[in-house]
Amino acid sequence: MRRQTMSRRRFLAATAITTTALATPFVRHAHAAGKLSIGLWDHWVPGANRASTEVAQAWAAKEKVELTIDYIPSQGNKNLLTIAAEAQAKSGHDMLAMPTWWPQAHAELLEPCNDIMTQLISQNGEVNETVRYLNRAGDKWLGVPATIGSQIKGPCSRIDLLKQHAGIDIQAMYPAGAAPKADGWTMDAYLKAAEACHKAGVPFGVGLGDTTDSVDTAGAFFLSFGAALVNAKGELTVKSDPVRQALEFCVKAAKFYPADAPAWDDGSNNRWLVSGRGAMIMNPPSAWAVAKRDAPQIAAQCWTHGMPAGPRGRYAPFLPYFWNIWSFSQNKPAAKSLLVALSQPDAVAKFVAASAGYDIPSFDKLTTLPTWAEEGPPKGTLYHYPNPHNHQTLSIAASPAPPKIAQQIYSQATLTKMIVRHLQGEPMERTLAWAESEVEGFLRG
Amino acid sequence: MADAVLSSDPPKRRAIARPNAVRRFFQRKSTVAFLMALPLILLIFGLVIYPAFYAIYLSTLRKSMTSVAWMRNCSWLPDVICTHMPFGNMQFLFTRETFWKVVYQSCLFAITAVIFKALLGFILAHFVHNIPAKGQRKWRGMLLIPWVIPPAMSTLAWLWLFDPSYSAFNYVLTGMGFDRIPWTGDAGWARFSVILVNIWVGAPFFMIMYLAALKSVPDQLYEAAAIDGANWWQRIWYVTLPMMRNIIAITALFSTIVTFANFDIVRVLTAGGPLDQTHLFATWAFKLGIEGGDIPLGASVSLFMVPILAVAAIFILRDINQRGNEA
Repeated sequence: MRRQTMSRRRFLAATAITTTALATPFVRHAHAAGKLSIGLWDHWVPGANRASTEVAQAWAAKEKVELTIDYIPSQGNKNLLTIAAEAQAKSGHDMLAMPTWWPQAHAELLEPCNDIMTQLISQNGEVNETVRYLNRAGDKWLGVPATIGSQIKGPCSRIDLLKQHAGIDIQAMYPAGAAPKADGWTMDAYLKAAEACHKAGVPFGVGLGDTTDSVDTAGAFFLSFGAALVNAKGELTVKSDPVRQALEFCVKAAKFYPADAPAWDDGSNNRWLVSGRGAMIMNPPSAWAVAKRDAPQIAAQCWTHGMPAGPRGRYAPFLPYFWNIWSFSQNKPAAKSLLVALSQPDAVAKFVAASAGYDIPSFDKLTTLPTWAEEGPPKGTLYHYPNPHNHQTLSIAASPAPPKIAQQIYSQATLTKMIVRHLQGEPMERTLAWAESEVEGFLRG
Repeated sequence: MADAVLSSDPPKRRAIARPNAVRRFFQRKSTVAFLMALPLILLIFGLVIYPAFYAIYLSTLRKSMTSVAWMRNCSWLPDVICTHMPFGNMQFLFTRETFWKVVYQSCLFAITAVIFKALLGFILAHFVHNIPAKGQRKWRGMLLIPWVIPPAMSTLAWLWLFDPSYSAFNYVLTGMGFDRIPWTGDAGWARFSVILVNIWVGAPFFMIMYLAALKSVPDQLYEAAAIDGANWWQRIWYVTLPMMRNIIAITALFSTIVTFANFDIVRVLTAGGPLDQTHLFATWAFKLGIEGGDIPLGASVSLFMVPILAVAAIFILRDINQRGNEA
């Protein structure tokens, strides 16, 4: 009978293998904190994605996370399709950039972000009411307001044409580096200027179509008159005096817009400004940025400023993006850590600079970054874009209706359809009856 | 003893017979055919049958997708039955003005476009058929171009021709002293524009099908007709059309289904506007389901295409069968 013996060499090898096997899970290797897959909005501005990649990958290297980033365009609603598909499949990215209404639409599928929002608010300042409206369900923060993609669609005016045809010195009203002196910038002044520019052959390029640019402008005008189709309690308020006043005003103004405005999409107003055919559009500075590249003489005459004030205040269309973590995310701690990193003042400043001032952080203390003051020509053209003096209320069309109802009013473009129907000669009460019937349908659960 | 022998034999035989049966099963033509078709069956199940049933399931849910959308207050059904029917979304759609507008527009779009595609395809097929064989391939290739370009791409080019502010057509019209036409801003013109683009894209399909049918008509029939003194119109009416009837019916059915379910042309050109006056079932379903976040209602809208197209298919196919039997 042969006796089994273990050589010294064999004993050492076995010990080494066992020790390695037992210790491997506890070694902090390059991706020790796991994997994270995120979907960010694919930015219009060339090079802007690079800034977010750099910030996110720097965080990943520091935290030892294997990070995958997908840039999902909003063109053709690919981002909405992705959100819908992942919500149905309950699988996909850990964190996804969602525009405006989508966090509320999927509120029950999102990881609460109360812990990091409390931290970010105390660090970066308070967020505006629109962010609260869109990103809070009860006492739950649904995500973090994203700098990337968030925008204000205020007026971008031609300095020369407004001065020449409407007698308005928009730079004096909204001086670079100083608070606005815009008490005279009211709905009446807007209407007179629209009429004057229309007569001069350079009408305001405001769309009346079904796409967001048109809906956002109409929404801000309605809110300036205190007009809502559904109030915050979810009650129908279509047939009310503020709605009548707002509709009447919008139709008066629409008579001075281009005749084809009901067919405009989100690119039409940009082309209107860049081609030099109009004195004003309502858009974030992307149109101005295109003009800077393709028509510099027009860009040098552009000035972004605040909305006119109505009887119930001065409202500007604000469209925030949010970064949301799915409840089925595989790595929630890493996703939260990344959201905090993406919301640091340095990162925000980098995003704003990379987007040439297009992106707007939703936090109060971050609206006075140097990019907006320095961008040009003309220098200071974007100074008032992020609402640095809080002189207008940032809002979204169809608010304050409960978000799931407001989303229907917004996506069906009920406001612009009301304007066009009345503009085309339909009696106001018939238009209101049509709108009431439409909105009644949106109230169903 | 004899019993014992008898009783022990059959299991042995069964044991020997089993492999042969399995082998025979796999050697059967029907089994081989089934196995070869299995990948396609799985593909159709995964990409057609499952999504179709899932769409039906989705259409029975409420907007929140957490409960069933039961019907309510049906005047034509006892309450006991009504409140247990999960078609609340369909019931809701019947009360919407926009839904009926979409039904009307889908029918108008599909019927008008198919008629004109068939007419244009018929004329083009005759032209091409009469071109000498040497140059015919070039013409066939060129005329097929609109059909082979992805419609989303070609519609983008049309969008620029119809652009509200910078339409190339309007540039030409104003250059000739005419007024600008609101191609996509006025309901009538917008409908005309989407139908025109659909005809442009779809006519080559009709042309190629009709051309194939024309080539299969025996020349002797035309010769006999000519001897009988038939003129051009009589040759078309009494020879060409009867010989092409089945192809015309099948092509029309196929095109009706595709045109009815069209999405890309309307989506790119007008997005359903102005004032929802060019929406079709597919574009409105997308608007409600994806853009509006009401997936069950969007699924319900898209399912309305099924019964309408099924009725059309039954009538056309029945007609073809009847003619086949007569022949």
